[in-house]
Amino acid sequence: MTRCIHCSRCVRFGQEIAGMMELGMPGRGEHMEVMPFLAHQVTSELSGNVIDLCPVGALTSKPFRFSARPWELSRRRTISPHDGLGANMAVHVKGNHVFRATPVENEAVNECWLADRDRYSYQAINSDERLLAPMVKDGGHWVELDWRKALAQAAGALKVIRENHGGDAIGFIASPRQTVEELHLFQKLARALGSENVDSRIDRADFSGTRAGVEWLGMPVADLSGLDRCLVVGSSLRKEQPLVAQRLRQAVKKGLQLNVVHAADDDLLCRVANKLIVRPSGLVEALAQVAKAAGARIDGLGTVAVSAAAQAMAESLKSGASKAVLLGAVAQQHPAAAQLHALAQAIAEATGARFGFLVDSADQVGAGVVNCRPGQGGAHAAAMFAEAKKAYVILGAEPELEAWNSAQARRALESAELVVVLSPFKTRTMDYAQVMLPVAAYAETAGSYVSMEGRLQSFRAAAAPQGEARPAWKVLRVLGNQLELPGFDQDTVAQVLAEALPQGEATIAGRLGNGIAGVAVTALHAGTGIERLGETPIYQLDAYTRRAPALQATADGQAGQAAAASGSLIARLGLSIDKPVKVSQDGAETVLKLVRDDALPDDVVRVPACLAAASRLGARYGELTLEKM
Amino acid sequence: MSVPYTGPKVCLWTLDHPNPAALETYVANGGYAALKKILAEKVPAEKIIEEVKLSALRGRGGAGFPTGLKWSFMPRNYDGDKYVVCNTDEGEPGTFKDRDIVEFNPHQLIEGMIIAGYTLGARAGYNYIHGEIFELYQSWEKALEEARAAGYLGKNICGSGWDFDLHAHHGYGAYVCGEETALLESLEGKKGQPRFKPPFPASYGLYGKPTTINNTETLASIPWIMRHGGQAFLDLGKPNNGGTKIFSISGHVNKPGNYEIPLGTPFGDLLEMAGGVRNGHKLKAVIPGGSSAPVLPADVMMACTLDFDSIAKAGSMLGSGAVIVMDETTCMVKALERLSYFYYEESCGQCTPCREGTGWMYRVIKRIEHGEGRPEDLDLLMNVGTNIAGRTICALGDAAVGPVQSFIKHFRKEFEYHIEHKKCLVGS
Repeated sequence: MTRCIHCSRCVRFGQEIAGMMELGMPGRGEHMEVMPFLAHQVTSELSGNVIDLCPVGALTSKPFRFSARPWELSRRRTISPHDGLGANMAVHVKGNHVFRATPVENEAVNECWLADRDRYSYQAINSDERLLAPMVKDGGHWVELDWRKALAQAAGALKVIRENHGGDAIGFIASPRQTVEELHLFQKLARALGSENVDSRIDRADFSGTRAGVEWLGMPVADLSGLDRCLVVGSSLRKEQPLVAQRLRQAVKKGLQLNVVHAADDDLLCRVANKLIVRPSGLVEALAQVAKAAGARIDGLGTVAVSAAAQAMAESLKSGASKAVLLGAVAQQHPAAAQLHALAQAIAEATGARFGFLVDSADQVGAGVVNCRPGQGGAHAAAMFAEAKKAYVILGAEPELEAWNSAQARRALESAELVVVLSPFKTRTMDYAQVMLPVAAYAETAGSYVSMEGRLQSFRAAAAPQGEARPAWKVLRVLGNQLELPGFDQDTVAQVLAEALPQGEATIAGRLGNGIAGVAVTALHAGTGIERLGETPIYQLDAYTRRAPALQATADGQAGQAAAASGSLIARLGLSIDKPVKVSQDGAETVLKLVRDDALPDDVVRVPACLAAASRLGARYGELTLEKM
Repeated sequence: MSVPYTGPKVCLWTLDHPNPAALETYVANGGYAALKKILAEKVPAEKIIEEVKLSALRGRGGAGFPTGLKWSFMPRNYDGDKYVVCNTDEGEPGTFKDRDIVEFNPHQLIEGMIIAGYTLGARAGYNYIHGEIFELYQSWEKALEEARAAGYLGKNICGSGWDFDLHAHHGYGAYVCGEETALLESLEGKKGQPRFKPPFPASYGLYGKPTTINNTETLASIPWIMRHGGQAFLDLGKPNNGGTKIFSISGHVNKPGNYEIPLGTPFGDLLEMAGGVRNGHKLKAVIPGGSSAPVLPADVMMACTLDFDSIAKAGSMLGSGAVIVMDETTCMVKALERLSYFYYEESCGQCTPCREGTGWMYRVIKRIEHGEGRPEDLDLLMNVGTNIAGRTICALGDAAVGPVQSFIKHFRKEFEYHIEHKKCLVGS
């Protein structure tokens, strides 16, 4: 601590911004020292910001420090590829190597902060798992080819499938963290091949109902700071949207009444006015209580009994001037997501609140806007895996981890005749793919993201792609040429964007809409067995966070690899804390470490999704059993 | 004035009685009468403040701020909790008067705090007691119990329908917690570091509520003023310096201890009461108001009377009345080294000039004392001092500088001798 001047900004950051004071300054005068004075290490999901606000460099970035001189680095702006906030940041590059990422101030988006996953996920760009050359499976072995041959093989194989089975036999799955330009060309390629099976909502289960447009936040992000009433449904706010949670936390200090309907009583590090914590299968009934108490106009609530907490929530939402109802990732991934959607919409209408979605992917809104969605007669992401296609083209995604039912996705992909994968990484898709095409990672490609508030943010490439990797939009364009499809002759990424979004943000605004119709509220009876809560852990969110060792080493990273249950459930089942436990679901089983988390309701076990060990279990929600090893 | 002083005493008069701390002793000698009278006659707060202003009672903790004026800063029509806090965090080296008040006359302090609470519209009061004298905390709690049992504290005090209660809190011996806002932070359970002012405690004090903080001796003087009138208190001392004051005399005297004498008593009289300088030595220097006060050479001090104005005129301060006497055998460099060490250890570390400067000054003085001084060191010390004083949130920085600059000013020769000859002028 020889550089520390005891300004205590890091301590105040914990108190005032991160919401938990994990750093303190024991000692007096010259003997004062900054240290984590509680028993544990610093666990905040925003901890990296103390590096930026330390005025003297006493607190440094462990993965970065002493590896480069700051004045040798070029600072290039980009946009975070993780959650839907679209945090502005800069990557620092020397000799085509990304050394670190720092925030870029934008009061309307991330203010001056950056979540740890935005800050440290650059490690994945330099990961050993990068796919550095096009590869094709030849007689069960992977061989490296040059681009021309690899693209010709991919195009040839796709043509064969189309001729033998028709375009509809091909499924197109994209990650919602690809750029707008890439997603536009991807869906264009699908449609040109005669397939309407194109989707980026890989972690969803419920696609029912008639939707008015692309789901978005329903308001500018900055407006969250001025809310005075808010209902958050099905969101592990801090882990899912670290910086949105920070905004709401500041708003709570200014008088926001935060109401929460969720499947886990997570510590939001701020005062929660009212909460309803129920098992996942009880979420619809819990939200129906609020809807009924609020006098929402929606059918099917006759038998619902309103609890005191629901009544208080409805009263909270009816008072106040600036209010919002927000649906989080758990609500969006819920098996009855459309019912939650319809109920939340009805509550918002009845209380005069704004209504929106906390979008958990950097470009999910963009994917919707450029219609990376199934068309007439096409299959959505879940249907493409439920009824296996003959062939799949996968852009950036890892379906065997990320899909709503990961086991089913894997089975479908394994049974396919052809799987073409465009990915920056040597993913597990290599087990079943036939063609692997290396594409640029984030910060290596130019493009745009559409954030959850509908903000179009374009960026240039900050570094050249590693190895033989090429920006995905170029790969898709050339693949279109190889397939002799019309409309694949763009020369620049700007041309692609102009084609995808002719009027830019105006085009986006015209396609946004949170309305839903044609949904009946029926899932009003909670289950009785032990249930899985299959959230995406904060650092298993996407291919980048999974490959960032710094993130995996944090407490959140470790917790994201274990199953969690309340102390009473663990005692009832005679299990041991911090010991392996056998988890069985849908006839599959796996072994995970069991940790205690008393924030969970009884009979709910948090078994993370997107985790290799848990991926064979299958659906994110459903009944499961725990057994002692 | 006769030596020893035999006139009326304000605070330590109970020592003339057997069983001085007992409630009975206090009540038998007119204790709690003033409180009963105020409650029975519902004396308006303005009138009490007027009386305190008339008495010219000045803060006994060191700053000498007029108490009546301080009380009048409290918002009159504030609709919410207000607090009275007593500062018994007697951390100033050389001071040991407040502990004697709490130990030997706790009920007068309790009565003073109740009257203060009544006057200022507070519902609760706290006494923050120095952590290193834990027995005091216990005896204070015992006195509170006695007062509660007798109906002077709690609900419906003396049948007046007015509620007020007192609580004790003990610190852990940090010097800086004697600073009023650091004391409030500590009382709130936080790290004891002074707050930036303004807002002053009168508008934003304990838990953000209007708060008045007074020294133990100040609050203990209130009942006497109410009983005998502000004019009588003023007449004890001299104009603008009302009342008697306890002087804690220590150092090279034959009879160190607490002496309660009127303000304006010549220093020579106090020295005589304390039995004179030990072993017939010659007086060399005196720190008249606790370690933070600038030192005064013997001749200057002997010409002073002991009151706020006279000592301020001589270039020091009466402070908390801790008179530290040094005779001719004292090495001033060594004495200053010890004082600087204290401030170095006790700086809270919040403000850079104080945190870094106190350590710097200590190390420079240490090297002078140990024969490693350099000719430029004295100017360096003066310069560092100038860059601390007035540049910190609280007065601890100034307090650390006071001794350094005054020691060098008055005894520069000794320091120079140390630097030049690498040994002490006094012993050689």
